[in-house]
Amino acid sequence: MIHYKSFLIKYAEIGVKGKNRFLFEDALVSQIGKALKRIDGDFKVHKEQGRIYVDALSEYDFDEVTGALKCVFGVAGICPLVQIEDNGFEDLCNHIIEYIDEVYDDKNITFKVNARRARKNYPLDSMGINREVGSVILDKFTEMKVDVHKPELMLNIEIRKQINIYSEVIPGPGGMPVGTAGKAMLLLSGGIDSPVAGYMVSKRGVELEAAYFHAPPYTSERAKQKVIDLAKKVAIYSGPIKLNIVNFTDVQLHIYEKCPYDELTIIMKRVMFKMAEHFAKESGAIGTITGESIGQVSSQTLQSLAVINDVCTMPVFRPVIAFDKQDIVDIALKIDTYETSILPYEDCCTTFVAKHPVTKPNLNMIKRSEEKLTGIEELIARAIETVEVVTVEAE
Amino acid sequence: MTMETYLDNAATTRVAQEVKALMIKLMDEDYGNPSSLHHKGVVAENYIKEARNIIAKSLKVNEKEIIFTSGGTESNNLALIGAAMANKRAGNHIITTAIEHASILSTVQFLKEMGFSISFLSVDEEGHINLDELKELICDDTILVSTMYVNNEIGALEPVSEISKIIKTKNPNIIYHVDAIQAYGKYVINPKKQGIDMLSVSGHKINGPKGTGFLYVSEKTKIKPIIYGGGQQKGMRSGTENVPGFAGLGEAVRVCYNDFENKVTKLYELKDYLIDKLEEMDNVKIHSAKGKGGAPHIVNASFIGVRSEVMLHKLEEKDIYVSAGSACSSNKQKSVSATLSGIGLKKEESDSAIRFSFCFDTTKEQVDYALNTINDNILELRKFVRK
Repeated sequence: MIHYKSFLIKYAEIGVKGKNRFLFEDALVSQIGKALKRIDGDFKVHKEQGRIYVDALSEYDFDEVTGALKCVFGVAGICPLVQIEDNGFEDLCNHIIEYIDEVYDDKNITFKVNARRARKNYPLDSMGINREVGSVILDKFTEMKVDVHKPELMLNIEIRKQINIYSEVIPGPGGMPVGTAGKAMLLLSGGIDSPVAGYMVSKRGVELEAAYFHAPPYTSERAKQKVIDLAKKVAIYSGPIKLNIVNFTDVQLHIYEKCPYDELTIIMKRVMFKMAEHFAKESGAIGTITGESIGQVSSQTLQSLAVINDVCTMPVFRPVIAFDKQDIVDIALKIDTYETSILPYEDCCTTFVAKHPVTKPNLNMIKRSEEKLTGIEELIARAIETVEVVTVEAE
Repeated sequence: MTMETYLDNAATTRVAQEVKALMIKLMDEDYGNPSSLHHKGVVAENYIKEARNIIAKSLKVNEKEIIFTSGGTESNNLALIGAAMANKRAGNHIITTAIEHASILSTVQFLKEMGFSISFLSVDEEGHINLDELKELICDDTILVSTMYVNNEIGALEPVSEISKIIKTKNPNIIYHVDAIQAYGKYVINPKKQGIDMLSVSGHKINGPKGTGFLYVSEKTKIKPIIYGGGQQKGMRSGTENVPGFAGLGEAVRVCYNDFENKVTKLYELKDYLIDKLEEMDNVKIHSAKGKGGAPHIVNASFIGVRSEVMLHKLEEKDIYVSAGSACSSNKQKSVSATLSGIGLKKEESDSAIRFSFCFDTTKEQVDYALNTINDNILELRKFVRK
C-alpha cells in the first residue's frame, strides 16, 4: 500500500456559504486538528486555495487517521493524496502508472482522467492532460477501459504549485463543522434516542451541552456512569459536552405525593424542560434537544408532546420525531452508542412509571394538578443549586 | 455521621494486612519464577510449597491434592469439566442442584452441549436439597454429583456428609464435588471424613487476594486438566504460578483459621442478633436460618414493598454496603436469581431481598448502625413505589 503523506479534505455545503465561507473553513480546520490530536502522530492541517489538506509530519496509522476524520462534521470526503513536484510530463506519467499499479490490484476496470490545471503556465491544458495521460494508461494497462460517464476509477490530477494525484474518496460524515451554528441543550437520558438526537443536531454544526436528571437512591450510580459514557461517545463527534447532572429525587417525590399518579411522567417532564431551559439560558444555548419520537411511549403521543411543550419558551429540536425505532437504532449502532444505551439500569423516568399513564393529557387538567405542587419552586431551586457539572470529553 | 459498614463479605472481602504485606514482599523482592533453576526460582517455589502446606493442613489432606487456580470459577470449571472428561467412559450423567452459582450452572450447561445429561435437584424453602430425590436420581450412568456446601445468597447449609453417604452407598465410584466457596473459612472442613472427592475454594472470600483459589482433588479421583502448557502443578494447571497470589492465599488461610472457634462463635452471635432484630420489624421476611442451621455470615431478608436496589442505594448513601437479591432491576430484564426462585419466593419477596454478609471484623455497632438506618428510612421508602 502507498504510504500517503497527505489527505485532501472535501467539503460540500460549506462551499455555498458566501462571504462567511472562511468562518466555516476555519472551524473545519480547527475541528480536524482536534480530532487528530486524539490519535498518534503529528499532523498539519491547512487550507490553501479553497482546499483543506492534512499533512502527516510523522508516522501514522492510516485507519486511525481516516477513522478520526470520519467523525468530523463538515468532512464530505477524505482523499488519500499523492503529491509530487513538477518534473515534467513524463515524470508525471511515471508516477501515475506507479500509483495505479499500487492502488488497484485488479486492472480490469473502467477509468476516466479528470485533470485540473490551476497553474495556467503548465504546458498542457486540462483536456490535453486528460487525453495524454489516458493514452499512457491504456498503453501500460491493456485491461483498463475508458468510461467517461460512470468510471470505476476517477483519476484526479490537479496541477498546482505541486501536482496532486488522487482517486479514492472515503466518505466523511457530511454536515457542518461544530461551532458554526450556536449551542443547544440536550436532554440526555440513558436511552437509545437522546444520544442519537444530540448527534444529529450536532451534525448541523451545533455545539452541545447536556442535562441529565437522576433520582438516587431510586437510580444507581451506574445509571449515571452510563449517561457519562454515552456523552463520551457523542463527544467524539460533537466535541466536549458540558453535562449538567441534576438530582431530581425531591422534585420527583413531591410530584409523586401531590399529583395524580397517571400524570406523573407528564408533569415531571414539564419540570425537566423548565430546568433544562434554565441551564440553557445560563450557558447561552438557544434551544433544547430531545430524542422524542411520536407515539413511542405514553409521554410522546402528539397530545403529550403538546402538553409538555407548553412550558417551553425556547425552541425544542426533536430530530428523530418522525423516525421509526429501527431507524434510530441504526444510527445508534453507527455512532456506537447502542451497546451502552441498552445496559439495563433504571432511569428516573422509568423508576416510577405508572402502569397506565395518561396518553391524551388535557393541558388544563395538568395545570390544575400542578397547582397542588406548593413549594416545588424551592425544591427546583435547590436541585439547580446542587447541580453537578462534568465536562465530558471523547476518549 | 456515617460509619463505613461493609456487609457484603459474601461478594468479596478486604485483603488481610498480613496477606498484603507478604504479597508486596513477593512482588518487590522474591519475584522469581518457581520453574527457574536458580536461587530466585527456588525461593519462589518455597513460598508455593508453604502455601500448599498451610492449605492442606487446614483440610487434613495431602499437599499433592491441592491445585491452585485463579479462583472459585476456575476451580468449579476444572472440577466439573475435568471430572466429566476423565470419566466419560464410566457414564454421562451428572447431578447438581437448582441453586448453584453460575460457575456451576453455566459449566453443566456446557457439558450438556458436549453430550452429558444433567439432572437438577430441587430445594425446599430453606434451600436444602431433598435426599430422597438424590437417591432416586442416581443411576448406573451417574459419574458426578456437585452441590454447594453453603449457598451464597441465603446461607443455606447443605448436608454434605449425608449426601456423600447416599452417593457412595449407591456407587463408590461416583465423584462428589462440593462448591465450598462460601463455606471454607467459616467451617472446619475435613473432606476425607465427610466423603468429599473435590472441593472448590476462592481466595478473595476469606481476606485473600482476588484471582486466587484452589481445588482439592482427592488422590483417587481422576480428572483431566482444562488448561495446557508448561506442565506446572503436575500438569493439572499449566501456567507460571501466581506466586504472590498463591502465597497470599496461604497466608489468608493461616490468618483465617487462627483463633477460629472464637471468631466463628462471634459470627453466629452477630447473625442471630441481626435476625432477631429483623424479626421485630414489620413486613420483613427472613430467608436465612438462625444458629447452626445456616452459615454464620449470611442473612438474607426481604423488606416487602421496597425494591432491593432502592434499599441498596439508600444504604449506600449512608456508607452501608449490602447486596441485592436480584441482579438487575430494569423492568424489561428482570432476572431473579436461581436461588431465590429455587426456594420459591413470591415476586414481591425476591424483588425486595437484601443480603447482609459478615466477616470476622464486622462489629455489633455496624450491624446496629445498618438496622437503625433501615428503620429510619423504610417507611419513607415504602411510600414511593411504582403503582
